Amino acid sequence: MSRLWQNVLSYFETRFKFSALIEFGKKKKVPEHKLSFWYYFGGLCLFLFIIQVLTGVMLLLYYTPSIDAAYESIQFIMGQVKFGWLIRSVHSWTANILIGAIFVHMFSTFFLKAYRPPRELTWASGFFLLILFLAFGFSGYLLPWNELSFFATRVGTDIAGTIPLVGKSLKTFILGGPEVSGATLSRFFWLHVAVLPAFALLVLGVHILLVQILGISKPIGIVESKEISFFPGFILKDALGWLLILAAIGVLCVFFPWEVGQKADPFSPTPLGIKPEWYFTFMFTTLKVIPSHIFSMEGEVLAILAFMLGGLCWMLVPFLDRRSAHEMKSPAFSVAGLFILLYIIVMTALTYFAPRL
Amino acid sequence: MKSKFVSVLTVSLLLALPLSLPGQKNSCIECHKELDEEKLRAPGESYTTDIHRQFGLGCQDCHGGNPLQDDMELAKDKSFKGAPEKAKIPEFCASCHSNSEYMRRFNPNIRVDQLQVYWTSQHGQLLRKGDPNVAVCTDCHGVHGIQASNFPKSTTFAWNIPQTCGRCHSSQDYMKAYGIPVNQVDDYKQSVHARALFEKKDLSAPVCNDCHGNHGASPPEVTSIAFVCRQCHSSAGELFSQSPHKPAFDGLGISECEACHGNHKILAPNDEMLAAGRNDICSQCHDTGTEPYDAGLRMKKNLDHYVASFQTAQDLLERAEKQGVEVSEPRYKLQEASTTLILVRNLTHGLALTAMEAKLNEGNKIIAEVKALGEAALKEARFRKTGLVVATVFIFLLALALYLKIRELLSKPTSST
Repeated sequence: MSRLWQNVLSYFETRFKFSALIEFGKKKKVPEHKLSFWYYFGGLCLFLFIIQVLTGVMLLLYYTPSIDAAYESIQFIMGQVKFGWLIRSVHSWTANILIGAIFVHMFSTFFLKAYRPPRELTWASGFFLLILFLAFGFSGYLLPWNELSFFATRVGTDIAGTIPLVGKSLKTFILGGPEVSGATLSRFFWLHVAVLPAFALLVLGVHILLVQILGISKPIGIVESKEISFFPGFILKDALGWLLILAAIGVLCVFFPWEVGQKADPFSPTPLGIKPEWYFTFMFTTLKVIPSHIFSMEGEVLAILAFMLGGLCWMLVPFLDRRSAHEMKSPAFSVAGLFILLYIIVMTALTYFAPRL
Repeated sequence: MKSKFVSVLTVSLLLALPLSLPGQKNSCIECHKELDEEKLRAPGESYTTDIHRQFGLGCQDCHGGNPLQDDMELAKDKSFKGAPEKAKIPEFCASCHSNSEYMRRFNPNIRVDQLQVYWTSQHGQLLRKGDPNVAVCTDCHGVHGIQASNFPKSTTFAWNIPQTCGRCHSSQDYMKAYGIPVNQVDDYKQSVHARALFEKKDLSAPVCNDCHGNHGASPPEVTSIAFVCRQCHSSAGELFSQSPHKPAFDGLGISECEACHGNHKILAPNDEMLAAGRNDICSQCHDTGTEPYDAGLRMKKNLDHYVASFQTAQDLLERAEKQGVEVSEPRYKLQEASTTLILVRNLTHGLALTAMEAKLNEGNKIIAEVKALGEAALKEARFRKTGLVVATVFIFLLALALYLKIRELLSKPTSST
């Protein structure tokens, strides 16, 4: 190593104390057992989020958030900008994979009961991250201003409009008026590139900080005492997963680049079979199949209230599951979680395999 | 105090009056609905959807009488006219429909010359000669369930017209006396116009009345067929008028458009109608080896070459698109080439070879550009795949290196708590 290089390293070491960080990583231990595979989904989500930030920033160079130019700018990115097709396809594919990874991370955390004290707030911050990333997906979907995204946004915001008491005001606030329009596009853009990233960084920071402070939970009943160091052992394993997913994203982007579709025409009738992005379809299909009235209440309103209440209970699980808080198995919660997971899978599958429900 | 009470009572009574009055009575409908004979029962049933009823007209407005009377004798009072005999129906309807002052009350823009035009029609002329079987107003519009012609269920709505006319004109028995063929509607249903109407739901596509007229329906004369077609196909008509065919057709007394395209069964025109094509129309009049026939051959050859070239360009773009390359810009350019093809095909009506070839040259230049863009798109697709292979190999090598490092780390003694 040259003397100059050593001097540079020493200069930064004095100021940033890298060795202390590395030492912390070496001392920090992660449990290693038959279920530790699920631990890697948290790191994977972080990696995918970083990809989203980088590709999103690059897309901002050419994307124009106005109804006259949004679609054309996406067309330009996909057809004219060098590697524009790759950046946009990576952004769109990764967005979907990220939401999927968040769901896997959340359910694995749930079934491993990793929300047990003192990690209640890690779970709650993770739940907020899920909501934030769903909002990222919803707002980003409209930005290309194509037919599918336009009508899916209309359907989605119509659903939001049926929420009792606040529905109408909420819908008007989201849309920036009574209908999906240029104001909606501006709002969604603002939300997607300014508001949500700020909140996501804040909540993500808290989430990661809590993981670092509290460490990674070992599931109830696991007696294995093997541990690996956070650095380099766990991080290297994490990085291996990241590389594999990066290769998979590359394959998806080359063989299935994200399509541009047809430009949205607000005056054309809603195309048949319009549906939201896959991660909202379980709610969408529920609203489709629910009877129009249940106990003299509108079925749709009842379903929305049930989803809201369900979401609240899901967030409060660490406080409700008292048995696991005392390091005892809580099969009732496991069964409930399994039922919810099955419900989401079945309803999502029905959206695609029985669209005429 | 007393006057106040009287005022309140009066106002209350006036307000309550509409509640106490029964709905307006119509004994005609009530009785006819109960009759056994279907023909007599029909008015009571179908009048509910009739346009006249929607404008507030009742039975008495056409048939006279007093529908407020329960007793049939009293209902059929001095004003009762009953049902008119068929030959009198045109005048019966026209008593209102030809009265501009009266019709203005319901629709200020409605035409009031139907009767006048009807008498000029083949139907009207035969009726005047005493033929009781020809169509009168009710045969096309219905009797009591009449609906506006812009209402999709109306017998005179665009896509119902072929069926309405066909009720008589497709009936062998009915048409026997007139010596008219009965295949017009069947032929029409195979035409390009019917495809536009029934498949694309294009209500501007012509149906029977657009070429024959409605109230003044008549077959167009040989000399007027071209004017009928030109209502929509004005550009083709104009080109034809400037072509050498025009004086030749006029001299021979041949109808213009119909001679090549037919009448009711007008199929989508194609290049095979040109000389040596599968549906060669030129050879109907021109012998092979003659100058006009050779001109037809040249047109077909040019068009065939252009279409093949266009198809190649389109295939290139489709292949590139299937491989995920964005080709909206060349597709847009290809649309221009497609427009050129439409223009050139239209130019065949003018037999202007030079103009056609000049236009085709313009189109060929566009196609060449599209082909170049298509090739570039395919090259881009190949580049992407090569890039993917290189990147994936690199990633997998990195992953392998990591895996080996992890194994090395794991082989070292691990800590236990």
